Amino acid sequence: MDGSTLASRSAELAEPRRRPRHFSPWLDAWRRFRRHRLALASAFVLLAMIAAVLLAPLLWRVAINDIDFAEHLKGPTWNHPFGTDDLGQDILARMLYGGRISLAVGLSAMMVAMLVGTTIGAIAGMSRRWVGPALMWLTDLFLSLPALPLLLLVIYLFRDTLKAAFGTEGGVFIMIVVVIGGLRWMPVARLVRAQFLSLREKEFVEAARALGASRLRQVVRHILPNALGPVIVAATIDVAAAIIAESTLSFLGLGFPPDIPTWGRILYDAKDYLDIAPYWALFPGAAIFLTVLSINFIGDGLRDALDPRKVM
Amino acid sequence: MGRYLAKRLLIAIPSLLGISVVLFTVLALAPGDPFGELATNPAIPPEVRTALRVKFGLDDPIYLRYFHWLAAMVQGDWGFSFTSRINVDTLILQRLPATLFVIGSAQILALLIALPVGIYAAMRPYSWFDQLASTLSFVGFSLPTFFTGLLFILVFSVQLDWLPFVFSDVNATGWRWYWEELRQSIMPISVLGLFQAASTTRYVRSAVLDVIRLDYVTTARAKGLGERVVILKHVVRNALIPVVTLVALQMPAIFGGAIVTEQIFRVPGIGSLLISAILSNDTPVIMAVTFVFACLVVLFNLIADVLYGWLDPRITLG
Repeated sequence: MDGSTLASRSAELAEPRRRPRHFSPWLDAWRRFRRHRLALASAFVLLAMIAAVLLAPLLWRVAINDIDFAEHLKGPTWNHPFGTDDLGQDILARMLYGGRISLAVGLSAMMVAMLVGTTIGAIAGMSRRWVGPALMWLTDLFLSLPALPLLLLVIYLFRDTLKAAFGTEGGVFIMIVVVIGGLRWMPVARLVRAQFLSLREKEFVEAARALGASRLRQVVRHILPNALGPVIVAATIDVAAAIIAESTLSFLGLGFPPDIPTWGRILYDAKDYLDIAPYWALFPGAAIFLTVLSINFIGDGLRDALDPRKVM
Repeated sequence: MGRYLAKRLLIAIPSLLGISVVLFTVLALAPGDPFGELATNPAIPPEVRTALRVKFGLDDPIYLRYFHWLAAMVQGDWGFSFTSRINVDTLILQRLPATLFVIGSAQILALLIALPVGIYAAMRPYSWFDQLASTLSFVGFSLPTFFTGLLFILVFSVQLDWLPFVFSDVNATGWRWYWEELRQSIMPISVLGLFQAASTTRYVRSAVLDVIRLDYVTTARAKGLGERVVILKHVVRNALIPVVTLVALQMPAIFGGAIVTEQIFRVPGIGSLLISAILSNDTPVIMAVTFVFACLVVLFNLIADVLYGWLDPRITLG
């Protein structure tokens, strides 16, 4: 490949001693991500919250259902840093426990959405006949479904069966994850399809095809890795959306049962005590807000970091 | 325009049918039989039970049941509410105006905020105003509506005591009635409107930014047109085309927000109707409200398409 022009040669000659720096794409993305200060700060906030919900229950050994009427509806004190609820249960302990569930729901629902979205997008992007348009029609149909009413309908119809099959906690968890993920895959499918349509005609894919790579190998080894950037960004945003969806359900009293205090559920219990115990609603609300905000900022930072066309 | 509208209407029908198939599938897959209670009741003889099943077509093949159900839905025969003891369609018609009023006003409020802020931010990209607007819009759409609703109640009702806590029937006449209605609508409308404004601002900003550097804008400036005319007549009208699409795509999310807001502020709309129906196991109402929400989404997409045709005369001919 001796196609380089004189200009670039002289540019190389101008700094002969500089070693060629090899960046892996991921290292390069990290370098770009660090430039987005809000995103970097958000990443630390989110990591701190994850560490808190995972590790703090080992240190903060107060049971989430320790009922103590002598201490009920007390504001923040040293014994109960986030105060207590109407039954005298410690809000900090309940939030740490609920945070695990809220974050787990967010991550698992995102994975469901990614799996379905990437599969459908990839099939639609690779097909050259009627399958692609049909799948895109299905995607558009799902996009125009009102998600929350449908979510409520499915939960209403199926909750008893799943509770019977997997127990209260497991059944509700599986149902919420599957339904939230099942109603959020459409943007990913569109993204993946758009990427596939342009990538599958690129020379490197043609080269792989010429070397006899099977369709599956073309997709998995060559096309998918190059389509990953926007998918990762969408995945990040989806975690935030899934956390909000789960909190909304619990806030409406239709998500997790009262003995599983997710952040939305704590808000639901707190909303009738706004005038006498505002802290009870403020702490879980702030936790949801902070988590969602930092995930959204991380998504914004990743959008800049993973877009190779953007010069930084 | 007439032909364009007719074509759009024809496109809306398959998506309505698709939505009805999804709804029916969910209903058909759901465990439990509407006659389950009768089946276990020993007072009802088996032959009566069989007769009832035949009458309601429960043992028909699935596609026949779908067509029966669809025909009933289309004719407005939505059944009878178990709890309110009136027809579901009457119940929904009573509740629909409140929902449409809240959603419509919220959308207008959102546009009143998003358009000026988005356009101004795009005219001065990366200025302090732009950075402030973009940070605030991130904060805005990261704040879930249920939390903003509670915060509003906490600040404006509990602390300041300016606005009423929840919706109630107003016992007043004349101007006083309008005033009271307005006072109790302010919070639900602003909660929903601000949430909507946050994401719309970002769309407006990026759409204007895409257009503002095009050659025809430079031409308009070179002709000596004032900045105001260039922005409002040349830039904004073209920038609005993608914004209309994105706002229409947001419609399902707006309904989600409306359900939450109606529930917090006890607005007597179809969203709070849906929640109370779920809590009291009122299946006909739940199905009908979900169907109405789906129809509203399709309707708003249709309106967006019509607006699209008005904003962009090129596609009217197609």
